Formats: sequence, C-alpha cells, structure tokens
Amino acid sequence: MYPFALERPRDLNAALALRAQAGRNDAPVEYIAGGTDMVQLLQENVRRPEKLVSLAGLLDDRIEVGPQGLRLGAAATMAEVAAHAEVVERFPIIAQALLNSASPQVRNQATMGGNLLQRTRCPYFRDVGYVSCNKRVPGSGCSAIGGENRWNAVLGTSENCIAVNPSDLAVALVALDAVVEVGGPGGDRSIPLADFHRLPGDTPHMETVLEAGEVITAITVPADAAGLRSHYLKVRDRASFEFAVVSAAVALDMDGSGIRRARIALGGVGTKPWRVPQVETAMAGASLEPARLRQAAALAAEGAQGQGHNDFKIELMQRAIVRAVEIAGART
Amino acid sequence: MPGASSPAAAQGYRSAPAPLDVVLRVNGAEHRLALDARTTLLDALREHLHLTGSKKGCGLGQCGACTVLMDGKRVKSCLNLAALVEGREITTIEGLAQGDQLHPLQAAFIERDAFQCGYCTSGQIMAGVACINEGHANSPEEIREWMSGNLCRCGAYDHIVAAIRDAAAVTGSTRGG
Repeated sequence: MYPFALERPRDLNAALALRAQAGRNDAPVEYIAGGTDMVQLLQENVRRPEKLVSLAGLLDDRIEVGPQGLRLGAAATMAEVAAHAEVVERFPIIAQALLNSASPQVRNQATMGGNLLQRTRCPYFRDVGYVSCNKRVPGSGCSAIGGENRWNAVLGTSENCIAVNPSDLAVALVALDAVVEVGGPGGDRSIPLADFHRLPGDTPHMETVLEAGEVITAITVPADAAGLRSHYLKVRDRASFEFAVVSAAVALDMDGSGIRRARIALGGVGTKPWRVPQVETAMAGASLEPARLRQAAALAAEGAQGQGHNDFKIELMQRAIVRAVEIAGART
Repeated sequence: MPGASSPAAAQGYRSAPAPLDVVLRVNGAEHRLALDARTTLLDALREHLHLTGSKKGCGLGQCGACTVLMDGKRVKSCLNLAALVEGREITTIEGLAQGDQLHPLQAAFIERDAFQCGYCTSGQIMAGVACINEGHANSPEEIREWMSGNLCRCGAYDHIVAAIRDAAAVTGSTRGG
C-alpha cells in the first residue's frame, strides 16, 4: 500500500467538500465506505490516492418499502438488504442477486453504494505487473484484447477496454429500473441506474457519471417493479463465492400463462449492467413456449463481439435468458 | 512507462503521514494505539496487540483465515482499516473460550479432527460460530454455502461441516459467540 492521509469527517457536508472522485484511477482523493473493494485495490497498489475520505457513519443505512417503492440507503449492507423481510417478499430478485454475491463476511460489510462502484475484476486491471490497462493507466493500452479474455465483455466494448462490470446487484436493479440518488457539493440529483455507468469508449478510466465530491446516498426502485415473478440466474465457475461468467436477471409481469411485460438484464457480458430492451419487446405478449423464448433471446446477441476466449458467452447468455424466463414464469 | 520501472519511481515517492490515534475494543478490552492509516485490523491485531490467532492468508478477502466478529457479525479483518473500526466490538479466536472452557465449536473441531495444518482453523471457527448464530447451519448443503468465504487448502471440508453440525446441535442457533 502506498501512503495516504485518512480523513474521518464528522458530517456528510464536510466529506463532500473534500471532493473525492469515485471510479477514476487518476483521482488523488477517493471515498471509502464498506471498503471491501477499496482495501483490495489499495493492497494491490491499483489505487494510490493521496487522501482517503471515510464515509463511515455519514450515510443513510435504512431500508424502506412504501407506496413509492423501495429505498435502499447507500450504507445499508448487502447482508441487511438480502435479509430484509419486505425486500424478500416484494423485490426477491434483489435478495437473490445479493445472496449469490461474494461471501457472508463481505456481505456483512459491503454497502449498496459501494457495490455499484466496485471496480472490474479484469486481471489486467487488478495486477499492476501488467503495463497496459487503459482503465488503470489511461493511454497505456489494453492487455485483455489479444490476451486472456475468457472473463471479459462481449457487449459495450471498445478498442480500448473490454472489462466487465462485476456487480450482480446492479444487474437485478437495472432490470427493475432503479434510480441512483446522488449528493454532492453542487446539490442532489437522481440518475437512472441505466445511465449511471459509462461505456468505456475512448475513456475507460472514467467508469461512472459521478463528478468530484459526489457520493451515492440511496438507491430507489419504483413500486411497479414490486411483486413480479422473477429470477436471477448466475452461471459461474464454482458453486459459491465467485463472480458471474454470465448472469440473467428476469422479472415478468404475467397475464395468465403469457408474458405481459418482461424486464431482462445481463451480467458478466457487458462493460456495464446490460439491459436488453429488444429481447423484452420480442417477449411481450409471448407464451412461455421454448422455441419462442429462444427466438426472442437470440436478439440479445445484437452487436455482441467475442474476443476469442469469451466467444462462448454470446451463446451462453441467450440460454441463460431462456432458462431464467422459464424459471420465473413457472413461479406462482 | 508504468510497470517498466519500480512502482515507487513511477508514482513518485510519498512519505507516510503522521500516525493516527486509534482506540480498538478487542475481546472486551480497550487498546489505545498509534497506527499508520494503512494498518488493517488484521495487522493491528497481530503486529500491535500480538493476538496472532487471526491468520493472514491472502490479505485480499479471499481466504477467510482472518475472520473475526465485529459487533457480533463475521467480517474479514484484512479488509478493514483499523482506524475505521473504532467503537466496534471486535471478537477474535482468543476471545471465544470462557477461561479454560472451550467454545462448543472449538471442542467440536478437536472432536471431529476438522483440520490438518491448522492455518485456516481460527478463521473457520469464527465464521462457523457466526454461521450457527445466524441460523445457517441446518444442513450440510446450507453450511457449505454459508461457509464458502473460508478456504482450506488441506481440504478438511467434510470434517469442518461435521464439526459445525455438531456444535449447532449443542448450542442451538441463539447462543452468542
């Protein structure tokens, strides 16, 4: 770990005034909340901030379900949200995605806000022994393109970066049209989660739309996403404590045995949590007949680009959608 | 070119700021320490308080050998900066027994021979105590899922699961750790 000054502000305004910047390796000041990802990044010298600003005790950790829907305080832990009775009853796919993430120890500590801001698991980003990573060192190149890229993205990639966003939670939340509440020195704003993460493009080192000083204060999920038949299917290399190779979050509004509306997002395949509206449109009004589901799921491959080792994900993600829709549709 | 020279030279050398005053509550006792901001809870326990029962395996939250309880909940002490856990009640493996009376899970680990080299054992026991307290020790399958944050390179998993089942039967799911 490189030396840093640790600030422990007494209130949130003092923390915001220190203008830390999330999701950029070239930022000299960074926030720390639960710290499960940040401490790893510090230990591996991936992040070398001059100053670390603690948000411990400064952010809302309440979990509320009301007429407006669900509100998750940014400091609520993964374990608290996953075990919350009303989350389990009304928004089960969120609890399911969380319980399929990380380990019990990490879930006791990691927060909602931090989960959305966790950095990619691309091995070339995580290991400073590799010279080239545009996300870690802007302009240095991408080692994953032409390298070991089994874990990398097939959707939303650019010639500069093919790193996957690793969050399971974000995949479930983006399927439910979640909104990120942000506080900052310039005031508060709300950002749809679908617009919160940036595509890598020419600037893969800028991962979110957060400005300097801004922090996530809460995540909200609209009430019309409650009570849907849902499933979070996670395909991974071992049964537990592993990131997704491919995942599919599906929430269905059913009309008898037919699909009135499907909400579908993919994980493990995109440079950001990946919603597939073209598949949703094709499934609207459809039955759960397998051939019809396969036909609709095939549309997820639009624009997908394999890099060699990860070509299999393009087929696997379609099958994951079909399987998740079948499981969700069979729920009562 | 980053990576081609030493990391320190590429980044520019930066000297460590002055130590921070940190008060840690560990196994019921309060300790006043002066710590570099980089000090993890694990390093504070081992290097400053000489509580070496918590082990450093990976230092990256992957192996679970450093598991402790914080306000009764299991966490990985290597993923916590010590200066950010002031006021929290930390319980380590050294704080588990009541005098000479082992915690039922410690006794079960001996009875079931739930280790070979023993390096992961204190973390397994701390995670196992939490697993039982949470009510997640009702079947071998459930125990395996909820103990997935603790790795054992010797592969003593079958005996670890058996020990946790035994202790869960003895303690019920409500006993404090």
